[in-house]
Amino acid sequence: MASEVAAKHPKPDTVCGECKCQGNLHDDRFDKLQDIIDKYKDQAGSLIPVLHEAQQLFGCLPEDVQVFVAKGLGIPESEVYGVVTFYSLFSLKPKGKWTISVCLGTACYVKGAADCMEELKKELGCDVGGTSEDGLFTLEGVRCVGACALAPVAVIGDTVYAKVKPEDIKGILAEFVEANSTEARAS
Amino acid sequence: MSPFIRAHILVCSGAGCVSSGCFNVYDSLMHALEEEGILDEVKVIKTGCIGSCDLGPTVLIYPDGVFYQKVKPEDTKEIVEEHIVKGRPVERLLPRQAEGEICESISSLNFFKKQVKVVLRNCGVIDPENIYEYVARDGYEALARVLTDMTPQDVVDTIKQSGLRGRGGAGFPTGLKWEFAQRVRSDQKYVVCNADEGDPGAFMDRSLLEGDPHSIIEAMTIAGYAIGASQGYIYVRAEYPLAVSRLTHAIKQAREFGVLGKNLFGSGFSFDLDIRVGAGAFVCGEETALLASMEGKRGMPRPRPPFPATAGLFGKPTLINNVETYANIAPIILKGPEWFRSIGTEKSPGTKVFALAGKINNTGLVEVPMGTTLREIVYEIGGGIPGGKKFKAAQTGGPSGGCIPESLLDISMEYDTLTAAGAMMGSGGLIIMDEDTCMVDIAKFFLQFTQDESCGKCVPCREGTKVMLDILDRMTQGKGQPGDIETLESLGKTIGSTALCGLGQTAPNPVLSSIKYFRDEYEAHIDEKRCPGGVCRELVRYEIIPEKCKGCSLCAKACPAECIHPVAAEEAVAEAAGGEGRSKPKRRVYEIDNSKCQKCGECMSVCRFDAVIRR
Repeated sequence: MASEVAAKHPKPDTVCGECKCQGNLHDDRFDKLQDIIDKYKDQAGSLIPVLHEAQQLFGCLPEDVQVFVAKGLGIPESEVYGVVTFYSLFSLKPKGKWTISVCLGTACYVKGAADCMEELKKELGCDVGGTSEDGLFTLEGVRCVGACALAPVAVIGDTVYAKVKPEDIKGILAEFVEANSTEARAS
Repeated sequence: MSPFIRAHILVCSGAGCVSSGCFNVYDSLMHALEEEGILDEVKVIKTGCIGSCDLGPTVLIYPDGVFYQKVKPEDTKEIVEEHIVKGRPVERLLPRQAEGEICESISSLNFFKKQVKVVLRNCGVIDPENIYEYVARDGYEALARVLTDMTPQDVVDTIKQSGLRGRGGAGFPTGLKWEFAQRVRSDQKYVVCNADEGDPGAFMDRSLLEGDPHSIIEAMTIAGYAIGASQGYIYVRAEYPLAVSRLTHAIKQAREFGVLGKNLFGSGFSFDLDIRVGAGAFVCGEETALLASMEGKRGMPRPRPPFPATAGLFGKPTLINNVETYANIAPIILKGPEWFRSIGTEKSPGTKVFALAGKINNTGLVEVPMGTTLREIVYEIGGGIPGGKKFKAAQTGGPSGGCIPESLLDISMEYDTLTAAGAMMGSGGLIIMDEDTCMVDIAKFFLQFTQDESCGKCVPCREGTKVMLDILDRMTQGKGQPGDIETLESLGKTIGSTALCGLGQTAPNPVLSSIKYFRDEYEAHIDEKRCPGGVCRELVRYEIIPEKCKGCSLCAKACPAECIHPVAAEEAVAEAAGGEGRSKPKRRVYEIDNSKCQKCGECMSVCRFDAVIRR
C-alpha cells in the first residue's frame, strides 16, 4: 500500500535491526504501538481498542500497521483487516489535516444537511470520503452526532458548527485555511 | 469558606450547549463574579443537559428559578450586576412563551411544565463530575439498600413488579430479562450497558451518560448483584467523546468512594466496570452484534437462541440493557414498584424520554409519562411548527420505526399503540416533519441508511433493502412504474419476516408506514411524475411569476445553466392573463427555459421579490 507510513517504514518482515536500513528508516511510532499492544495483550477482545489507539498514532491504519497489530496480538491478519474494513471509523488511507464530518442524521437531513454537503463537495473539489487537493480537509458523512436540536451540524476537528447554511461554508473553510497559513508562517 | 451562599448558577454543559459555547459563558461568569467580589457567595455549577438544546447556552439561577436563554459571554456582567447583586432579572434574556409573554420562572415555561422527570431527574441539576452532588440527590442509596436489605431474588421481583420495559426499542419486560440471567448457573456472568445509541435523531442516552453517569453505574451494580455478576461493561459509541470522558471520570470516583469495586458496603459483593468504545457501526446496537464487537470481532449479529442471557459475552451469561432502562432502576428500588406503576399506562408504566427534533419550535429532550398524546408533545411542549406551516407527520423510532400522520395526532405514545400504528417506540427519537417534506424522499433516506449500515450477513437485509432502495430511487427521479408500490409492500413484508436481526426486520417499516398513510404521494410520484412536497429534484419545476418579476436580472446572472432569459413583459403578462394584458413596452421580465434547467434553485435563492416559485 502506497501510503505515507509505508514509505517511512520498512516492511514488517524486515523490522529495523534485521533489515539493511540500519535504523535509518526506523519509525519510533512502531515502538509506541508495541507499548499499546503490550498494555492490552492479556485482555480478551482487545483488538478494537488497540486499533483505536493505533489510528490515533498513525492517522490511519495502512497494511503494515495492521500486520504489526496482528503479529503483536497473535491473531490472523485477515481478521484484523476484516475488523478494520467493517467499522466506518477506521480508515486505510491517510486523512487531511482536518476532517469535516457532516451529520447525515434524520434531523439534519430534514433541515437541509444534503445542501451543505453539496456545497462542501463543490468547495473542496472532492467527494465524500475524499481529501481536498491541498491535503487540508477530508470530507465525511457521519451518522447522527446527537446534536439534533442544533441541526444541521458539521464537526470540524473538535468544533461543532451548529445550524450550518450552505452560504456559511465558504467562511468556515476560510477560517481553517487562514489558521493553517498563520501556522505555516510561524514555523 | 463562605458563610452564606446567596445563589446557585447552573450553566448547562450538555453537548448541545458546549457547541453553542457555554464554557466561554462559564468563564466570563466567574470573571464577573470575581470583579464584584462575590465569588464566594455564589456557587456556579456546570450541569448536564437540561433538555432545551436550541436555546443554549442556558443559565439557570436558583433560588429564583430564573432561566436565561442564548446567553453570550458579554451578557454575564449584566446578569451578575443586575440579577445577582440587585435582584432584578435581565428581561431581554428571558424566554418567551408562544403567546409572547415573558417567562420569569423555569417551572412556568411550557416546555418544562408538562414534563415528569424520572430518568432525567439529575440532568441539568447536578454537576456530573462531582459524586457528592449525586449522593446528595439520594445517589447510591438504592445500591446500599439492595446490598444490605434485599436478596437478589427480591431485586428481580421488584423490577418485575414495576412492569419496566426495555427502553432501547422493542420494549421487552426488563424484570424477565433479569430473571433469565439470574437463573442460569455459571462461574462468570456479565452485565452490559448498551450505549451504542445509533438511531439518528435520538440523543437521550448521550445526555444521560454526560449528565448523570453515576445513575448508570449504580444501576449496573444493582443488576450485577441481582444476577450474580462481578464484571460489567459499558459499550459507548466513539461519536460521543464527552460521554466517554465523563463516564471514565465517574467510574474512577465511584471506585475511590468504595461504591464500585471489592466488598461493597461490607456485603462481600464485588463488582467492577469498564468502558468499551465502539468504532462506528449502527448494527452494533443490536445486542448480539454488540457482543461480537466487544469480543473484538466484526459486529455481526447471530441467530437467537441462544439468547445472551444464556450465552453472551465470551459465551457467558450476559444481561444487556439500554442506558435509559438502567436510569429507571434506582428510583424503582427507592420508591417501590407501585409508585412506578402509578406513572404512565397500565401496559407501559413509567416515563419515556423523547428527543424532539426536525421542524418544530422547541427542540431538545423531553420526558413525559407514557401515554401522553403526540399532540401534547408537538404543540404544548414542542410549541408547534415554525413558520406557521402545517404538521405533516412525526417519525418515531428512527430507521426502525415509522411515521404517524396528522390524523393520528391524538395517539397515546406507548409501546403497543405505536406498534399497532405501524410505527415503533424505538429509542425515542421523534422527528417532526412539516408540509414541505416529501414522504417518499424520507423513506428513501431511511432505507439508504439501513442499506448502508446492513452488515451483509443475511440475504433479505443485504439484497432486499437494496432492491427496495433502487425502486425508491427510480420513483424520485420520475421513473416510477405502475406496480412499484405493490412490489415495495410485498418485499417489505418478506424482509420483515425473514431477516436475521432487528435491523433487517424493521428496515422496511419507514417505507411500509409511509405507504400506509401517504399512498397518494407515492402515486403522485409514479403516475403524475410530481413531488407534492417539492423536494425531489428531478420532479420539481421552477417558474418565474411575471407579475412579481422586476426584471432585475439577478436570477439570470446566478443561473449556472444560463437558461433564464428576458422576454418582453407584455407578452409574458398577456400570456399569463389569458391574452388580455395591457402593453407596458419598457418593462422586461425573465423566464426559465425548463428544458435546460438543472433545478439547482439558485434563482429562487437570489430573487429579492419572491418571484421565483417551485412546484
